[in-house]
Amino acid sequence: MAQTADPPKNSGFFYQKYLQVILRNLVMILIAFLLFGIILLLSGKNPVLSFRDIFRSTLGSAYGFSEVIVAMTPMLITALAVAFPARVGLINVGAEGQLYMGALFATWGALTFSGLPAWVLLPGMALLGMLGGGLWAFIPGYLKSIGLVNETITSLLLNSVAPSIVSFFIFGYWHAPRDTSTTSNFVKSARLPTLFGTRIDLSFVLAVVLLVLFWLFMKYTRWGLEMRAIGGNSQSARRNGIPLKIYLVSIMCIGGAIAGLAGMAQVSGYYGLLLANFSIGLGFMGFLISWIAGGEPLGIFLISFVVAVIFTGGNLLQLTQGLPYSVINILLAFTLFIVLARPTFFSKRRRS
Amino acid sequence: MPATPTSHALPGPMVSMRGITKAFPGVLANDGIDLDIYPSDVHALLGENGAGKSTLVKILYGFYRADSGSVLLNGQPVRIQSPADARKFQIGMVFQDFNLIPAFSVAENIALFLPDLKPVIHPKEIDHRIEEISTRYDLQVNPHALVSQLSIGEQQKVEILKLLLSNARLFILDEPTRVLAPHEIKALFGVLENLRKDGYAILLITHKLNEVLECADRISVLRTGRLAGTLTRREASEEKLIAFMFEKSLAGLNRHAHAAARSDRPPILRLTNIATHSLGAQVGLEDINLDIYPHEIVGVAGVSGNGQKELGDVILGLQKCSQGHKELFGQEATSWSIGRVRQSGVAFVPENPLQMAVTPYLSVLENMALTRSRLYARLGGLRVDWGAVQADARESFVRFGFSVPSLFVPVRSLSGGNLQRMTIARELAFDPKLIVGSYLTRGLDLQSTLSARQALLDARQAGAGILLISEDLEELFTLSDRLIVLSRGRIVGSFLPTETDNYTVGRLMTGAKV
Ligand SMILES: Nc1ncnc2c1ncn2[C@@H]1O[C@H](COP(=O)(O)OP(=O)(O)OP(=O)(O)O)[C@@H](O)[C@H]1O
Ligand SMILES: [Mg+2]
Repeated sequence: MAQTADPPKNSGFFYQKYLQVILRNLVMILIAFLLFGIILLLSGKNPVLSFRDIFRSTLGSAYGFSEVIVAMTPMLITALAVAFPARVGLINVGAEGQLYMGALFATWGALTFSGLPAWVLLPGMALLGMLGGGLWAFIPGYLKSIGLVNETITSLLLNSVAPSIVSFFIFGYWHAPRDTSTTSNFVKSARLPTLFGTRIDLSFVLAVVLLVLFWLFMKYTRWGLEMRAIGGNSQSARRNGIPLKIYLVSIMCIGGAIAGLAGMAQVSGYYGLLLANFSIGLGFMGFLISWIAGGEPLGIFLISFVVAVIFTGGNLLQLTQGLPYSVINILLAFTLFIVLARPTFFSKRRRS
Repeated sequence: MPATPTSHALPGPMVSMRGITKAFPGVLANDGIDLDIYPSDVHALLGENGAGKSTLVKILYGFYRADSGSVLLNGQPVRIQSPADARKFQIGMVFQDFNLIPAFSVAENIALFLPDLKPVIHPKEIDHRIEEISTRYDLQVNPHALVSQLSIGEQQKVEILKLLLSNARLFILDEPTRVLAPHEIKALFGVLENLRKDGYAILLITHKLNEVLECADRISVLRTGRLAGTLTRREASEEKLIAFMFEKSLAGLNRHAHAAARSDRPPILRLTNIATHSLGAQVGLEDINLDIYPHEIVGVAGVSGNGQKELGDVILGLQKCSQGHKELFGQEATSWSIGRVRQSGVAFVPENPLQMAVTPYLSVLENMALTRSRLYARLGGLRVDWGAVQADARESFVRFGFSVPSLFVPVRSLSGGNLQRMTIARELAFDPKLIVGSYLTRGLDLQSTLSARQALLDARQAGAGILLISEDLEELFTLSDRLIVLSRGRIVGSFLPTETDNYTVGRLMTGAKV
């Protein structure tokens, strides 16, 4: 008996779909590199040399490669935090704020229960992080579901509130004896284990698992089906008896919880402490990546990887050639503009 | 400018289509179709659902590109690659769901479509042109009214005005009468008659044979993508057309020896003093009292926009009542969620399935599962039993005598009638106890209309209560056990079909007192 609602596999239809996803993302990546080349050219760099430097520094060595993985991990998670709500038509611009709240809650756990063993403390911190992010996303989700304010605006506005709350707790209560802008280092049991003796930590594995789960969830489960129905036509989904409000609120919260998990991973894995204004726009980056990738898990992975390469290499360029870091965001934004300008690029070509 | 209105034997065809072929994945929608359209001619295009009518006219209008075949305009081959090309060749089309901008006035909508719109708009001049044409063809609408405030019939007039002012000579109308009330249909045919006299050509798609025999000069019938034949009005008869369309004669309705509804049993649905707030263009319901008993079909007559949608939505639980109570199967149900209402055995066929019943980009199969996703879920929801969905879907299509091209195509690619078939099959499949059907047979071909009506009668026989909302009085009188008339959100009349007639109901519908 059929396991999915796909047509029989021999129809050719099936492979075409995946080919299309990959093709789409490859074109996006090409566009990104082209744009980046132009930016480099404009800032007086030699694009060819710069690209060579970037690839050499990132993909040319085991260390460089591991740094790419480290950089892409939070992007994967925050992109998922945007892609999941996007499936029901919710535009979550608030991953940045949710990430901060997740970090805040997780840090509270790390500081309060520092005596617990890692196998209790880490899952506890992860849950706390998800709780923080989820609660933060509940606000826009709820307001949207009662038809009061659009979630885009609310989640965006809340982004500027969350870092202030984090700073308040750091400066007010939790700061280290000598530095008022960070907490003390977490105890060992509150740190995510690292892998292969690099800075890659467990959250990378978690991120990949989450992406696969996301894909399976949308494709196979009843809730995935209902979410696709809502995303495609919320009016008819509602008439068909799908509880729209419950879906909107809970999916927004799950999105927030995922972003909160990214925050937990940052403090528990990458930094090992909570730092005021620690995120360099990871939530926004996740937003851009998710929309460039069309919300597809495979696309998110590919795009995040490429962005991480440029980003890590860009860091290097900054040291060697004095290029400002913000070009990465400019680059992503430009790529997204192109995506938005031609959303039906591929489908159009196919139709005629 | 108009040619002398003589018989159409004189001029050659205005537009000829030759060997038009168009395939979609898995379907050959048009297969070598030849069609000649003459000036001063109303040319009707008939055929069962999915026969390829809409595809053919969309090709003529440049909306689709044919795989092969050619189009000749006054004998000269032309290439129509886009609707803009079509308009250049004086071909205009009114789509089923109109293309007007609701927030704009009539004049603004028309101005936007003018081929010679100047950078600086002279509203006076445009008003003048609208006025001239609209009096000439009896298409009176207020040019300053907002489109959102117009009835569907008036919007259609605006669409036709648009085409007239853009100098179209061939008018393509895809099921123009589908959403019109009887008096609006009459008005439309009056307009078509005037256009015909002035030498315009009209290509008209419809499923209603009486309309065809009333106004068409020439009738072409499509069957599964092929041209089954073209007849002149003199040659045509109802039997002939049916034979052309279906290759067989149609069975009549089996009305059963049905047990009369008994009001001593508890009603399936009871609405008591229901009122709703009116928001925007919505009509507020007022003082609605309605009981539906098992074994009963209650027909709701009314010009659409008089509270039909709101009535259905109140029953479904989508629209909150500001006043009154709703009981379902003897239980207080005013505040039930839509999910609960549906699970209790209520089926709902909305007036516009594409917007209100399905998710267009999901496949037919996935849409068939949507209303029953909980029942098809396995492992607590981690898996959906698509095998069961398939089996049920196939069974219900067979049961109702419907066919759709494939269960795996996205619903948005279905023809209008096939979409309606799918919605009906999904909603009526599991022996619902209460059926709310709005314009249930809209867009269905003759045979499917019969099947759908039979399905309603069968459901009644099995003990269901049915609320049948329609503008088609013939349908209401054929099927209903009781008839109510809805006007401006109120029930203004309640009859047994035997104690009233078309005329009385028609007058009540349009708001007149009897
Ligand atoms: N865009 C499309 N993609 C795929 N298949 C299509 C598309 N448009 C139409 N079809 C298929 O082509 C066939 C003919 O469709 P068409 O809309 O022309 O039928 P129709 O005669 O207008 O029927 P109806 O009376 O139901 O409106 C149908 O089987 C339909 O599923
Ligand atoms: Mg059609």
